[in-house]
Amino acid sequence: MKIALCVKQVPDTSDIKWTENNTLQREGVESILNPYDVYAAETALRLKKTYGGEITVFTMGPSQASNMLRDILALGVDNGVLITDKKFAGADTYATGKTISAAIKKVMPDFDIILCGQFAIDGDTAQTGPCIASLLNIPQVTYVKTIDEIKGNIINVTKQLDDGVEIIKVHTPALFCILKSEFEPSRALINGIIKAQNIQIKTVTLEDLGLSTDEVGIKGSPTYVSKAFRPEFKHLKEKHNCVETGTGAEIILNKIKEIGVYK
Amino acid sequence: MTGGILIYAEVTKQSFVHTVFFELANKAHELSLKLNNAPVMAVLFTKPEMLTEYKEGFTYSGIDKFFVFEDEKFENYNTETYANLIVNLVKEVEPEIFLIGATNQGRDLAPRISSKLGTGLTADCIELDINEKGLLAATRPTFGGQLMATILCKTKPQMATVRPKVFKPAIDIIKKDTEFIYKQVNPEDFINNVQLIKFIKEYENNLNELDSAEIIIAGGKGMKGEEGFKLLKELADILGGTVGASRGAVDLGYAPHNIQIGQTGKTVTPKLYIACAISGAIQHTVGITASDYIICINNDPNAPIFDISDTGIVGDVFEVLPKLIEILKNSKD
Repeated sequence: MKIALCVKQVPDTSDIKWTENNTLQREGVESILNPYDVYAAETALRLKKTYGGEITVFTMGPSQASNMLRDILALGVDNGVLITDKKFAGADTYATGKTISAAIKKVMPDFDIILCGQFAIDGDTAQTGPCIASLLNIPQVTYVKTIDEIKGNIINVTKQLDDGVEIIKVHTPALFCILKSEFEPSRALINGIIKAQNIQIKTVTLEDLGLSTDEVGIKGSPTYVSKAFRPEFKHLKEKHNCVETGTGAEIILNKIKEIGVYK
Repeated sequence: MTGGILIYAEVTKQSFVHTVFFELANKAHELSLKLNNAPVMAVLFTKPEMLTEYKEGFTYSGIDKFFVFEDEKFENYNTETYANLIVNLVKEVEPEIFLIGATNQGRDLAPRISSKLGTGLTADCIELDINEKGLLAATRPTFGGQLMATILCKTKPQMATVRPKVFKPAIDIIKKDTEFIYKQVNPEDFINNVQLIKFIKEYENNLNELDSAEIIIAGGKGMKGEEGFKLLKELADILGGTVGASRGAVDLGYAPHNIQIGQTGKTVTPKLYIACAISGAIQHTVGITASDYIICINNDPNAPIFDISDTGIVGDVFEVLPKLIEILKNSKD
């Protein structure tokens, strides 16, 4: 079983602050492994444990992203690939999908499955996974809760929908977008950390991919941001400090009656 | 024939046309007025016997041309089959704009199509407009919802997905003599790499409860656990409402995935929304701002939830809620 694991380094969006000028304060915001990708990684590790094989983790980003790759290697992932080039900057989901799919084709053309997180918490488009599958012309299953069984080139997975789950049979090679699940993700052990220090992370640049500069980064992106602004919603009408008074319940009750939704 | 706006008409598992289609149709009609009355078109995959049932609703949705793919096998959605057939249709019709509902199915299908076409796709839009150059200006929340971005697309069709309930369905009836065009489907069009074995229903009405609830009592991380959510359930039961949760609470396992409200969950439009111990990251609030009235309870007076609430209570949910429940119970007796 050859597994390509795609991960993204994202800013910790729960930690974002606004400056006085209404712009995002980017300094001091910590970069983390996208929380959904943690579960994609865990799924890969569990599959390897059960079925054997090899995991290669791919990420596209600046050179600092190699630290994150090292952390994932420490969990028991076999190889790491950093897809990095100044020309990749500013890529939208299409250009990103194109670059990552080209890198997988180049480094691991004989993969059986590709695993991605369902969402990334920064852009939150959920598009890059299906985009990679589309460009590699392989089947995809999104909203995957669990990968249940592998028999030869047939994989059974459970897909989470709003009102239930689907049990699905898929022919490999295929791509899966993994949701967060209930299991506790693995932690790196000392042996793993030591082993990871000795793994050579492979760097892939534009030149290695055989794509032109017009196909990647901002130039290769069909979409672009024309305007960014802070969302405005309706403003506070009343704020009651009830820590001392203890009248919160009464105020809510009066409001509920006033609105007329409860009599 | 080129130009116009194409909409995907999603059919649900229960063989209903998804409500988001009617919302998109209404928006497409509005956009078309800004594009010299460009035609509004739609594409549908259906079992043969169902179309007659759908037809009347379609006629009142302001659709000029309806492209229909009909086959028994279209009982179940299939990513690759649908994507390939739509890609060919788009190449033939060459729409300027292509809109898809940001449902599970739409979010699975749209990027598959846009990548094959090599065109741009803006996900989860909350506003669509036509700019001075006649291009689709698609606005979406990004950066965990803390920033809004208006995105333009250099290529055609300009694709976008839109969350259900973001736009209103048509209020004034837009009747048109819809032309139904049946597209040929060949056996080789069916791709069987992915096969549905079975569907297991987990939630009976929960989904609809959030969609139709007049009162929603939602909890965040500050509810501290499943016990805290029982308190919300108790209040919801008394008020005749239902319970929702923020992503933070769902991620911590306090509440199930299907009641998550916000950018990666559901968008809700109740008459009353009570946000309990929810800090109010825009990731969550984008899903609730269309509510008629918002009350929040939070012990942090600086929590952003106060900025979008009509009534804000600074206080401890574990003091306010039990007291409110008690008063309500007593007044019932």
